[in-house]
Amino acid sequence: MALDEIKIGGLGASRRRVEDNRFIRGKGNYVDDIVLPGMLHMELLRSPVAHARIKSIDVSAAWEVPGVRLVLTGEMMAARNLAWMPTLSYDTQAVLATDKVRFQGQEVAAVIADDPYIAKDACQRIVVEYEQLPAIVNPLQAMAAGAEVIRDDKENQEGNKVFDWEIGDKSATDKAFADADVISKMECHYPRSHPSPMETCGSIADYNRATGKLTVYMTSQAPHIVRAAVAMVAELPEHMIRIVSPDLGGGFGNKVPIYPGYVVSILASILLECPVKWIEDKTGNLISTGFGRDVYLQGELALRKDGKILGMRMKTISDHGAFYADAQPSKFKIGLMHSTFAAYDIPAAHLFSTGYYTNKAPGGVAYRCSFRVTEAMFFQERMIHGAANDLGMDQAEFRRMNLVKDDMFPYRTAFGFLTDSGQYGKCLDIGMKAIGYDTFQAEKAEARKRGKLLGLGISTMTEPLGAGNSREYDILGIKMFDSAELRIHMSGKGILRTGAMNQGQGHQTTWAQIVAHELGIPAEDITVEEGDTDTAPFGMGTYASRSTPVAGAAVAMVARKVRAKARKIAAHLLEVSEEDIEWELGRFYVRSNKERGVTIQDCAMAAYSNLPDGMEPGLENNAYYDPPNLTWPFAAYFVKVEVDPETGVWDVLKVVAVDDCGVRINPMVVEGQIMGGLTEAYAMSSMQYQTYDEEGNCIGSNYMDYLLPTAWETPGFELYEVVTPCPHHPIGAKGVGECATVAGPAAFVNAVVDAVGHTGVRNIDMPMMPNRVYEALQTGKDISGMPPVKMGD
Amino acid sequence: MYPSRFGYEAPKTVEEAIAILDAHGGEAKILAGGQSLVPMMKLRFASPEMLVDLNTIAGLDFHRVDADGSIHIGALCRHEDLEKSEVIKKSQPTIAAAASLVADPIVRARGTFVGSVCHADPQGDWAAALTALGGHIVAQGPKGTRDIAMKDFVIGPFQNTLAFNEIAIEAVIPAPKGIARGGYLKLERRVGDFATASVAVSLDMVGDTVARAGIALAGVGGRTIDATAAASVLNGKKLTAENISLAAAAVAAAAEPRTDHRGSADYKRQIVKTFVERILTGLATPSQKAA
Ligand SMILES: Cc1cc2nc3c(=O)[nH]c(=O)nc-3n(C[C@H](O)[C@H](O)[C@H](O)COP(=O)(O)OP(=O)(O)OC[C@H]3O[C@@H](n4cnc5c(N)ncnc54)[C@H](O)[C@@H]3O)c2cc1C
Repeated sequence: MALDEIKIGGLGASRRRVEDNRFIRGKGNYVDDIVLPGMLHMELLRSPVAHARIKSIDVSAAWEVPGVRLVLTGEMMAARNLAWMPTLSYDTQAVLATDKVRFQGQEVAAVIADDPYIAKDACQRIVVEYEQLPAIVNPLQAMAAGAEVIRDDKENQEGNKVFDWEIGDKSATDKAFADADVISKMECHYPRSHPSPMETCGSIADYNRATGKLTVYMTSQAPHIVRAAVAMVAELPEHMIRIVSPDLGGGFGNKVPIYPGYVVSILASILLECPVKWIEDKTGNLISTGFGRDVYLQGELALRKDGKILGMRMKTISDHGAFYADAQPSKFKIGLMHSTFAAYDIPAAHLFSTGYYTNKAPGGVAYRCSFRVTEAMFFQERMIHGAANDLGMDQAEFRRMNLVKDDMFPYRTAFGFLTDSGQYGKCLDIGMKAIGYDTFQAEKAEARKRGKLLGLGISTMTEPLGAGNSREYDILGIKMFDSAELRIHMSGKGILRTGAMNQGQGHQTTWAQIVAHELGIPAEDITVEEGDTDTAPFGMGTYASRSTPVAGAAVAMVARKVRAKARKIAAHLLEVSEEDIEWELGRFYVRSNKERGVTIQDCAMAAYSNLPDGMEPGLENNAYYDPPNLTWPFAAYFVKVEVDPETGVWDVLKVVAVDDCGVRINPMVVEGQIMGGLTEAYAMSSMQYQTYDEEGNCIGSNYMDYLLPTAWETPGFELYEVVTPCPHHPIGAKGVGECATVAGPAAFVNAVVDAVGHTGVRNIDMPMMPNRVYEALQTGKDISGMPPVKMGD
Repeated sequence: MYPSRFGYEAPKTVEEAIAILDAHGGEAKILAGGQSLVPMMKLRFASPEMLVDLNTIAGLDFHRVDADGSIHIGALCRHEDLEKSEVIKKSQPTIAAAASLVADPIVRARGTFVGSVCHADPQGDWAAALTALGGHIVAQGPKGTRDIAMKDFVIGPFQNTLAFNEIAIEAVIPAPKGIARGGYLKLERRVGDFATASVAVSLDMVGDTVARAGIALAGVGGRTIDATAAASVLNGKKLTAENISLAAAAVAAAAEPRTDHRGSADYKRQIVKTFVERILTGLATPSQKAA
């Protein structure tokens, strides 16, 4: 008599996304859809230059525009101690510039006016006198002797270095290299990219003098972190701050940090005592808000002749822009870069990382990535590709030989992570069969006769998701747990709230499925609500693939708590002791007589109407989940390309993706996440990046220069699944939001490098635009993508 | 989108439109498909005082082949009209080949051929195609109409020779001397991208012989590059492999590319050469190739 779990929309049901109903009808509710009575509009004036001393700012003409209510400059912010704000990485960031501008697009002044047209008109009338300084657009320039010090605002800051950081066993690694038969080297740049959510950032600050309460509607993936930060910056107590994230039009990590625009809109609302709306334009979003990547990677593998990897040594030099504003767990300077090679059995490894300030936008956000895991896995697979070739070994066999085997779990990586489960070899087998690995060489020879070059690329990886356990993971000191609160109404329907924040992942759909799985209440009977700090339990938000591993686990745990109380009620209703009660999906019954039972809905009604003596009424609870470990999904991707040697243009012939993300809550949503991620992987490898010219002008400030692939050129994807449940997650899930963005790019690059490999080229930096591929073919040399980009005749 | 303040007029006739332009003495702009002008207004690169919308004027959305073989494209003929046109498919291979490579389907539904030529973007596809075809623009002003040959029409980046009170009412492709053959190839980084380099080829063929060769390039210079002089090495010749590579080399030499984030000047030249070769080789009959 147990319910059919798929029918009630439980685990494994490819239930249609609940949220899409309103999105596809234009009934979403985004920040810019919100209109408050008496609301004013704010526009930011941004710096046109990358590095300059501000000699003067004249705002008098702006004040003269009819309809202007307030003009703010850095000086006025400074008078209120708000010219600078803390970043998520213990640095400071200018809110409105006072002394210098440090990147093109930096916020210099703000106008608040009756409508956005007036605000923009007035901004154009502000006169700023700049004294230009040399622009630094890469770490080599930043570290050069005599380089201009970008952060001269900081005491004790000499030069442009942000940090040095290292991890691993240096002497064991040195020994591995001394013992090696072959040493394989690789160098590349993972270019700067921007998450570029469809909806830009924005806020409506609404300070009410009468109640003393500040409400801010904003585009945040982590509303509770924002409340904590605002409490610190604005010196308001938490109960007087309400942060509301309504529907988000994408986030991808871009909406984790606190941006100057939010802070200025808050101050403006406090000063003017009316709601102030700020909606960034697309260029503002692209040139000033959190970017991803921009890391130079250098590494070496110590190899034995037979193919065994003995050791790995790696160095990263990262470009953080003008302010160190990485969104990452506090303990780590370069995110989880040291998760690199976690899928491989390597005895010794060492990582040394250095970060630099440059005259570029701040960021280093986890762009669809668990804190620098994207760079880590990309480089790993580029190194593996190079090493297999150096040894003259087959790409798949070299991986198989060195991947962690099924019987080695739990496996402690050289950098100290504990991976817990997986079937790496099986994933490899499925992918090889699907891509046609065995017949590829024949195909390649045939294409050669047509004048085309075929290439096949593999990328395999396991990545750490779900940061994280409170021993190691915190942001600004707050431990990275997450939470859920579940209230079952007397009818047996319910409302679930979590500390996560949906931005396209489908929480409204999938969280309800977890409740359905645990309680047997149909998913459609559960409302899911997130994003309002006055009502949602405290949580760290959604990024770094942490929703399902952390908040999703909290959902399962709170449902179990509710079930435990329902069980007591069931015993009362069935007039037996609790020990004699059994559970099947949606129903408690008497062990000795399965016919005698009550449904979860019966228990819900009784919680409000017929309780055992002394029991507290109601059926609700909350759960805070501190994950015991990270979760480790695995991916094996295969890409086949054809290169036109006369133009450097390459076409994707086939993409095969094998994903093991543990138990799949909603297979359709999982496939959507993988396809989205693969599209981004294709984008990174082929076109999507930001670069800078010598003067620090951002190339990639609008969608004609910052290229996102369309449905026209995006290849089709063939998806396969393997399920190895996570041993410590309550429902065995591992998370999947980012696997494809993380593992995908290397498969594309490995494929193109394979196609041109006969020339001796080891690396082409992304994006592998046709001109780079052509140049690689012509010169047989590696192609560097380091800015500044060359311009001229 | 928050452009500067502007006025808007929707005239019913070309004469009325000209009168409005005239009255604003250079501060008014014509709005055709809006696919270049509106983005520029959004970015406030353009802040016209007045927009004169052509879309309310009847009778400008035509394209037709006249009895003499010349092709006429009205000021409101959209890119998409040309892409879907049976007449064009049958009679004008250069335009037919380029039509589906301009911008993306959304832009093609609004943008106009004539507006694109007037916009004179060095990367614009239609200005290159019309130049290769030896076409001209018919301009109408307060004093009547005049023809402006393409070589005299586009004089710099985003600069044409229309007077402030003139409207381009149609573009004309002259009748071919023989059979019209041609092609268009474009290197773009993505659908909807402007050309990194593109090549428009128009050949008037009499039998196996090239009576007139017109070639123009987009994306490889500060303005549309008219490579017709370079292409003239083909005039009176057959499309042999040798002649093709001579022409390709001459056209590549006529390009004036600059190095930028899309590639080096040399690379762009190489693309031009390859595309000229590919188009011409595709047009050569087996007997020409054998010759
Ligand atoms: C996303 C995107 C991608 C694009 N990609 C490409 C591409 O790949 N290749 C390409 O060639 N183009 C591309 N374009 C530009 C597009 O083709 C435009 O439609 C075209 O350049 C302008 O035509 P329009 O009718 O839209 O003109 P409008 O934008 O209305 O006008 C453009 C200019 O011409 C003037 N003008 C227009 N009509 C006349 C007239 N009859 N007489 C006098 N002056 C006139 C206007 O005053 C204005 O200055 C792209 C545009 C977008 C938005």
